[in-house]
Amino acid sequence: MSPQKRVKNVKAQNRISQGSNSFQTTLSAWKVKQGPSNSKNISKHGQNNPVGDYEHADDQAEDALQMAVEYFEKGPVKTSQNKDKTLEKHLKTVENVAWKNGLASEEIDVLLNIALSGKFGNAVNTRILKCMIPATVISQDSVVKAVSWLCVDKCSGSTKVLFYRWLVAMFDFIDRKEQINLLYGFFFASLQDDALCPYVCHLLYLLTKKENGEIENGKLILFQGMQPHLQALLSLYKFFAPALISVSLPVRKKIYFKNSENLWKMALLAVKQRNQGPSPEPLKLMLGPANVRPLKRKWNSLSIIPVLNSSSYTKEYGKKEVSLSDCLNRSGSFPLEQLKSFPQLLQNIHCLELPSQMGSVLNNSLLLHYINCVRDEPVLLRFYYWLSQTLQEECIWYKVNNYEHGKEFTNFLDTIIRAECFLQEGFYSCEAFLYKSLPLWDGLCCRSQFLQLVSWIPFSSFSEVKPLLFDHLAQLFFTSTIYFKCSVLQSLKELLQNWLLWLSMDIHMKPVTNSPLETTLGGSMNSVSKLIHYVGWLSTTAMRLESNSTFLLHFILDFYEKVCDIYINYNLPLVVLFPPGIFYSALLSLDTSILNQLCFIMHRYRKNLTAAKKNELVQKTKSEFNFSSKTYQEFNHYLTSMVGCLWTSKPFGKGIYIDPEILEKTGVTEYKNSLNVIHHPSFLSYAVSFLMLQTLPREREGNREKGKKWSWYLDYLFSQGLQGLKLFIRSSVHHSSVPRAEGINYNNQY
Amino acid sequence: MDSYDVPESTPSASSRPEDYFVGATPLQKRLESIRKQTSFIPTPPRRKVPQCSQLQEDVDPQKVAFLLHKQWTLYSLTPLYKFSYSNLKEYSRLLNAFIVAEKQKGLAVEVGEDFNIKVIFSTLLGMKGTQRDPEAFLVQILSKSQLPSENREGKVLWTGWFCCIFGDSLLETVSEDFTCLPLFLANGAESNTAIIGTWFQKTFDCYFSPLTINAFNLSWMAAMWTACKVDHYVATTEFLWSVPCSPQSLDISYAIHPEDAKALWDSIHKTPGEVTQEEVDLFMDCLYSHFHRHFKIHLSATRLVRVSTSVASAHTDGKIKILCHKYLIGVLAYLTELAVFQIE
Repeated sequence: MSPQKRVKNVKAQNRISQGSNSFQTTLSAWKVKQGPSNSKNISKHGQNNPVGDYEHADDQAEDALQMAVEYFEKGPVKTSQNKDKTLEKHLKTVENVAWKNGLASEEIDVLLNIALSGKFGNAVNTRILKCMIPATVISQDSVVKAVSWLCVDKCSGSTKVLFYRWLVAMFDFIDRKEQINLLYGFFFASLQDDALCPYVCHLLYLLTKKENGEIENGKLILFQGMQPHLQALLSLYKFFAPALISVSLPVRKKIYFKNSENLWKMALLAVKQRNQGPSPEPLKLMLGPANVRPLKRKWNSLSIIPVLNSSSYTKEYGKKEVSLSDCLNRSGSFPLEQLKSFPQLLQNIHCLELPSQMGSVLNNSLLLHYINCVRDEPVLLRFYYWLSQTLQEECIWYKVNNYEHGKEFTNFLDTIIRAECFLQEGFYSCEAFLYKSLPLWDGLCCRSQFLQLVSWIPFSSFSEVKPLLFDHLAQLFFTSTIYFKCSVLQSLKELLQNWLLWLSMDIHMKPVTNSPLETTLGGSMNSVSKLIHYVGWLSTTAMRLESNSTFLLHFILDFYEKVCDIYINYNLPLVVLFPPGIFYSALLSLDTSILNQLCFIMHRYRKNLTAAKKNELVQKTKSEFNFSSKTYQEFNHYLTSMVGCLWTSKPFGKGIYIDPEILEKTGVTEYKNSLNVIHHPSFLSYAVSFLMLQTLPREREGNREKGKKWSWYLDYLFSQGLQGLKLFIRSSVHHSSVPRAEGINYNNQY
Repeated sequence: MDSYDVPESTPSASSRPEDYFVGATPLQKRLESIRKQTSFIPTPPRRKVPQCSQLQEDVDPQKVAFLLHKQWTLYSLTPLYKFSYSNLKEYSRLLNAFIVAEKQKGLAVEVGEDFNIKVIFSTLLGMKGTQRDPEAFLVQILSKSQLPSENREGKVLWTGWFCCIFGDSLLETVSEDFTCLPLFLANGAESNTAIIGTWFQKTFDCYFSPLTINAFNLSWMAAMWTACKVDHYVATTEFLWSVPCSPQSLDISYAIHPEDAKALWDSIHKTPGEVTQEEVDLFMDCLYSHFHRHFKIHLSATRLVRVSTSVASAHTDGKIKILCHKYLIGVLAYLTELAVFQIE
C-alpha cells in the first residue's frame, strides 16, 4: 500500500505572500530593528547627507570644506542671485564632512563664531550648530568665544538653547576647562532664563567643583519651584557642602536632566572611537544611516571583545549580604584596573581579581600572560566558551548577507592571531572553530588569517585531526592557484615549527609541570612524522599539478629546511627525508637557488643523521628512538645520486638508475657530464661569467689543469654566495690531495 | 594522483594511538568530543518518541500553564559561571538596577529608589529530564502599577526562562563552578532581551546566541510531534515552505488534518518508541510526492521554514510555541539537544 493513498482530506493551499519576507530574511530581521531615537536622528541628517557622498575622495571633500568655511566667514553676499543655492551647497558640505569625519578644532572655532554671531538666519545657525562635531577635540578658546557672543545677544533664544545642549553633549571633548570654569558665575546667572535653565543646570552640574558648591549654593534657593534639574544641582551642592544647604530634598526620588545628547548620539560614539584610536569596528558602520547594526552589536556594545572589568561584581553576588566596608576593605584582591606592569602582575598574581568576562583578556597582554600560566580550569573554560561562540557568531561565511562585517571579522581574527603569537600557543577554541568552518570555507575569505589559524593548531594526534582539517584543506589546495598552494605550505611549515617548539619545550619541562598534554614521546614523534609525510604527499602532487614550478618548489624546500634539522635544532629524535618527487625535481631544477637550497638541506640531513648515530653509539641503552636503517639507506641513496650527478659525472648509475640503452636513445651524447657542477644547467649563467673572467690560454689542457680549473670554478661559485653548495661539497665530498674530480671518496659509512 | 598512505613511522618505538592522551584536561576532552561530533553525522540517526508526562510531580501547574501557548524566541547559552540558586533575590535587585540604569543611561542622579518595574527570579521546580539536570528558572519583568490598589502585581512586560532537559553530555564536561542551562527562551520586547542578556553575560560570563532551527531539524520535529499521542487535536498539522525567488519570496503552506498525518506516520513507523532518520525522510517524502501529484511542485527543492502541530510549532528563525502540556519535556529535550550542539 502506498503511503500517499492514506493521505486523505488534504487541504493544501498555495499562496503568494506579498512582501512577507520575514521568513526569508530571518537574519536581517535581527538586524533591522534599531533604537527609534537613533535612526530618527540619523535620518534627519541623512536627508542632507546621501550615502553616496561618503564615497567622495577625501581631498576633494577637504577643498570643498575649505571653500564652505571661507564662504561662511565672508558672510552672505546680498546681491548674489542664487544665494540660497550656494548657501545650501556649502551647508551640505559642512554637514557631510562633520558627520563623516568630524571637524577640526579650527573649523569649529570659525563656524561656532558664525552660528552665534547672528550673521545668518536662525535656520542656518541651527544647522551649523547641529553639525559641530569634533574630529577629536574642541578647543576651550572656541567655547569661551562662543559664550562671549551670548552676552551680546545677537542670537535667538532657541539658538542659545541649542548651544547649551551642544556644550553639555560635547563637554567631554573640550580639551581644557579652566577658562570655562572661570565663567561659572555667568552660567549661574543664566539660570534665571527659564528656557535655558534645564540645560544650564546640567552644564553647572558637570562643571561644579567643591569650591563652586560652597559659594553658589545659597543663591539657588531664590529660585522658585523645585524642578528636577534644579534639584539635581542642589543635591550636588548639598553633597559638597551639606552645612550650607538648608533645603530638604526629597529622599526617595530619581532626578534626571533633560537629555541633551540625543541630537548627537551617533556622532558622540564616533568621536569617542576616533579618540580611542583604531577600533575593531569601522566607523562607517556606525555613521551610515543605511547601515543597521545586527543583534550582537546591541548586545555586546561596540566591539566584539568585551571591555575589561574586574569581577568584584560576581564575587559580591556570592555573598548573602554585602556591607559597604566589605567593598572597601577587599584588601585580599588586586583590582585589574590598577594592573599596569609586568612586575605588578608578578607581585599580585596570587590575588588578582579576574575579569568579569574572560573574553576581555584578549586585548590585554598582561592578562594573557596570566591565563597562559594559570592552569585554572574555570578560567580556561570561560575563555574557551566565549571565544568559540564569538567566532561562530561572527564568522561571515556561516551566514548569508553577513559579508558587510567582513572587515570586522578580519580584525577580530587578527587580534586572536596576535594573542596566539604573543603566547606562542594556539587556542583550543580556534581549533574547534576550524573543524566546523573549514569545510564551508571558500579559500578566499580572510585567507591569510585563516591559514595562520591553521598554523596555530595546538599539538595533537595527526591522524585524528587529518579527517577534520587536512582532508578539507587538501581539497582546496589541489583546486586552487599556485599562490594558495604556496600559502598553505607556508602555514604548514609554521605549524610544524610550532609543534616542534612546543614538543621540545614539553620534553624538558615534563618533570616540573603537569603538562596538559601527556603524550608518550613516541606517540608525539609519530604524529609529527605523519604531518611531514602528509606535506610530502601534498608537495609531490602539487609539483605535478603545477608542472614543476620553481616558485612552488621554493616553498616546499623551505618546509624541508625545517624538517632536516629537527634532531639538532629541537633535540627531538626524528629524521624524515623528502620524497623522491621533491628530491629529483630539485636536483634537476634549472634554478640555481633551488639546487643550492637542496645542497644545504642535504648537508643538514647529514649533520643530523651523524649526530643521531653518534648519540646512539654513546648511549646504547636508550634504544627506543634509534632510527631505522631505512632512513640511513634512503639518505645514502639520495647522496649517491647527488654526488654522482654533480661531482663524479656518473649520473643514473647508482642512486637513480636509468638503463643506458634508454639514455642512448635520448641522443644526448655527453649525458654523463651534463649534470656535474661544471655543466649543470642551473649553473649555466655562473659558468658563462666565470669563463668571461678567465684569461688563461685554452690549449694544452691536461688533467692537472682540468682539476685546477675545476676547483677555481668551485671557488668562484662559492664566492658567489652559494653557501649551500659549499657546505655540501665540503662535508659530503672528500677531496683527495690532488684536486681532481676522480678519486672522490664520498661518505657512505652508515 | 597518488593515493595518500602513511609510511611506517620513523621512530622504531611502537606507538599506540590510544596512549596519546593519558591525562587529558577537560578542555582536551571537549575537543575530543567535538572531533567525534564533527567527523560523524551530527545527529544520531534515531531518537525516542517524546514520552508523555515526564514532568516531575513537584512542578507548579500554574507556572507550566504560563509557559504554554506563548511564542518563545530561542537562544543557546554557554554555562553560567558562579551562578547560585540561593542568590535569586539578590539577582532580582541587581538586574532591576541594571535595567533602570540602561534605560536612563548616563543622565540619572540617584536620590532614592523608585523604579516602576519589578524583576522576579523564580525557579521552575521539577522542570528537568533527569535528577542531574540543574533546576530551570524563570525571570519576569513586571510593570509596577503606580496605584497601591489590589492589582499590585502589574503587567508582565518580559519573560525569559533557562532550562536544561537531559543535558548530560554538556554536564559531564564542566566543573561545579558552572551551571549548565543551555536553552534560553524569551518572550517580550527584543530590547529587553538584549539588556537582560547583556547583564547575564557580564555577570556570569556566559554567551547567548540565537538558536535557529534548520530544515533538517524541523523535519525531525514534524515527525516526532506527529508521532505523539494527543487526546484531542487543537490545531491542524501545517507546514510552511519558502521558495527563494525575487523580488518577493513565495511561501507555500500545506495543512493536513492531524489525524491524517498521524495515520501516515503510523503506516511508516516501525519500531515502537523510536524515530529513525529513514522514517523521518520517508514521512517527508510522502508529503512531497502527494503535493507534487496535485500541484506539480517539488517541495523538496524549497526550504521548510515552519512546522506546526498540536504538540508545538516551530519556526526556522528560532521561534517556538508549545501547545501540549503532556509533551512539554519532550519538546524541550530536543531543543536542549540542539542548543548543546550549538555551544559545543
